[in-house]
Amino acid sequence: MSLAARPAPEAAGRSSTGVALRRPRRVRATALLLLLALLVLAALASVAIGSRNVGWSDIVAGLTGSQGSIAEAAVAKRVPRTLLAAVVGAALGVSGAVMQGVTRNPLADPGVLGINMGASLAVVVGIAWFGLAAPSAFIWVAIAGAGATSVFVYTVGSLGRSGPTPLKLALAGAATTAAFSAFVVAVTLPRADIGASVRSWQIGGVGGASFDTLTLVLPFLAAGAVLSLLAAGGLNALALGDDVASGLGQRVALTRGSAALGSVLLCGAATAVCGPIGFVGLVVPHLCRLLAGVDHRWLLPCSALTGAVLLTASDVLGRIVARPGEIDVGIITSLVGAPFFIYVVRRQKARAL
Amino acid sequence: MTTTPTAGTSAPTVTPTVAAVVRVRRSRRTRRALVCLVLVVVVVAALGASLVYGQTVYSPREVLDVVLGRDVPGASFTVGRLRLPRAVLGLLAGTAFGLAGVAFQTMLRNPLASPDVIGISAGASTAAAFGIVTLGLSGTAVSTFAIVASLAVALTIYALSFKDGVAGIRLILIGIGIAAMLESLTTYVLSRAAQWDLQEATRWLTGSLNGARWSDVVPVLVAVVVLAPVLLHRSRDLWSMQLGDDTAAALGTRVERTRLLVVLAAVGLIAFATAATGPIAFVAFLAGPIAARLVGPGASLFVPAALVGAALVLVGDLAGQYAFDHRYPVGVMTGVLGAPYLVYLIVRTNRAGGSL
Repeated sequence: MSLAARPAPEAAGRSSTGVALRRPRRVRATALLLLLALLVLAALASVAIGSRNVGWSDIVAGLTGSQGSIAEAAVAKRVPRTLLAAVVGAALGVSGAVMQGVTRNPLADPGVLGINMGASLAVVVGIAWFGLAAPSAFIWVAIAGAGATSVFVYTVGSLGRSGPTPLKLALAGAATTAAFSAFVVAVTLPRADIGASVRSWQIGGVGGASFDTLTLVLPFLAAGAVLSLLAAGGLNALALGDDVASGLGQRVALTRGSAALGSVLLCGAATAVCGPIGFVGLVVPHLCRLLAGVDHRWLLPCSALTGAVLLTASDVLGRIVARPGEIDVGIITSLVGAPFFIYVVRRQKARAL
Repeated sequence: MTTTPTAGTSAPTVTPTVAAVVRVRRSRRTRRALVCLVLVVVVVAALGASLVYGQTVYSPREVLDVVLGRDVPGASFTVGRLRLPRAVLGLLAGTAFGLAGVAFQTMLRNPLASPDVIGISAGASTAAAFGIVTLGLSGTAVSTFAIVASLAVALTIYALSFKDGVAGIRLILIGIGIAAMLESLTTYVLSRAAQWDLQEATRWLTGSLNGARWSDVVPVLVAVVVLAPVLLHRSRDLWSMQLGDDTAAALGTRVERTRLLVVLAAVGLIAFATAATGPIAFVAFLAGPIAARLVGPGASLFVPAALVGAALVLVGDLAGQYAFDHRYPVGVMTGVLGAPYLVYLIVRTNRAGGSL
């Protein structure tokens, strides 16, 4: 690429809102590499830091399977947790990016729209009323709950002349979240046997991770990721509006449906193992648009990496701040994410909301 | 201004238009009075029922004796020490939530801009939970702490939504964001407590009347007695401000002073009530719109909204305690009830083509 060509795409690629539409390939590739490096750093920190910090030699020993000392045992316990945080963060990041693309809504996020809480409620109802016990069943139920909730929230939010505006979707999501968390309490209160776990279905965390939960959830996340990535090109066309997209030869309903299914799979499965974690899917795509531009073929992988970094780092932060205890990662993400939500709201023109 | 048909006698003839206006006004007044009367009956009935009914059912006569201060074996403890403070706290908290909710909704000209949607109740709840669980405060200190915190939250939301003027939509969305943040702070505060106590958690996350004592009731009573008249006194000004600040100023309303007084009074009511019961979900949000549906357009909603709020809390608490196999806190009941209503409100406003 010639030197003279470099400033041109940047200048031409800026939309009216100031977000770069296109980034040179080199910038994007560098961004991805940088994110990968950050992820490795965050993962190392996540393995090393906790109520007991462990050294480099312990990490190496722990990774090779030795559990002789307490430090090595801590490493063995933290490795699946770290992997789960990274995988779930990636899933939520991609899910949010796809949702923002499908709804053309800057405030879309599986947490804000109440979809994670829907998955949570479905699992709680399954446990309390249908005697669900196997974690593999949780995932199916959670995905069904997430799907039903997303259809419901989107329908409610898009009724009326103006269609699904960010305000209506966010309100419908907030109302749904409030109602569903009341339902979660109502379902679990009479059941002292499951009442203790009610908290993990109201606030998400990655504390209870094991390799079993990881292998259980991975196929679902992989399916969701493949669906989402296949829809990336179509999402680019959708961004131009439904009419233009169908004029360009996109099958709008099919693209939208498969992308939505992918994102529901991702956030539903993530909620099934971690509980509802909000705002990751909101923050990540916005950051990634600054890094990689608005092309979904780059945006989605970038969102996956950024989501993984964000959730892993949040988990580490939760362990540092509250040492020797820990703060659930769902609390950290909403403390970090809500100000970001406010920032996005402030950037929009009032008319566009 | 009189609204009797004789109002037109000073003019030579009563034109049909004037007569029609007079007729409509009179029918509205009748409807309003009727609605308020029915609501009072509902509230009194719910209050009575929550005193009479329970594990042991006492006769209304025994209950009356207890209320009048006579000593009745058994009932004096159960009714006087357990049920009466609970019922009175429900009555007062419902009134406070209803008044504050409709004050915010009217001032911001948006039924969705109630204190529990835009984060002010969440602020009071976080502060109260932090004060009690972490700082070990009690009594008036908790209420004061909650008031300061909710005022700060209200101010923050207002400041954050300021950008070429405050757009109502932006204020609501920013409030939702703040509320999400505060709720997770509350959860954090609770999780740092000695143990995860589900009762305590429900109290600060959705609101409950469990374990109400007279010492909880007194601050709320004082708040309602002091602050409700402030709101009622400003109600005409507040409703003229619905026409827009400039029109209201032209009609003789001191806009800034009214706004300041209303915000202070409403936040105070929310903070005191929340410090005692937790944020009983959606009562502040529901009371205004329900009252408006019942009373119809055109008049101040403070009195009917206060009655609706009280009725919601009392009936919700009764239903939560006795309608199911298990006892549910009132906040769970109103939360389950309120969300469908919010959805209905969104749907209805959309269909009417109005702007949210």
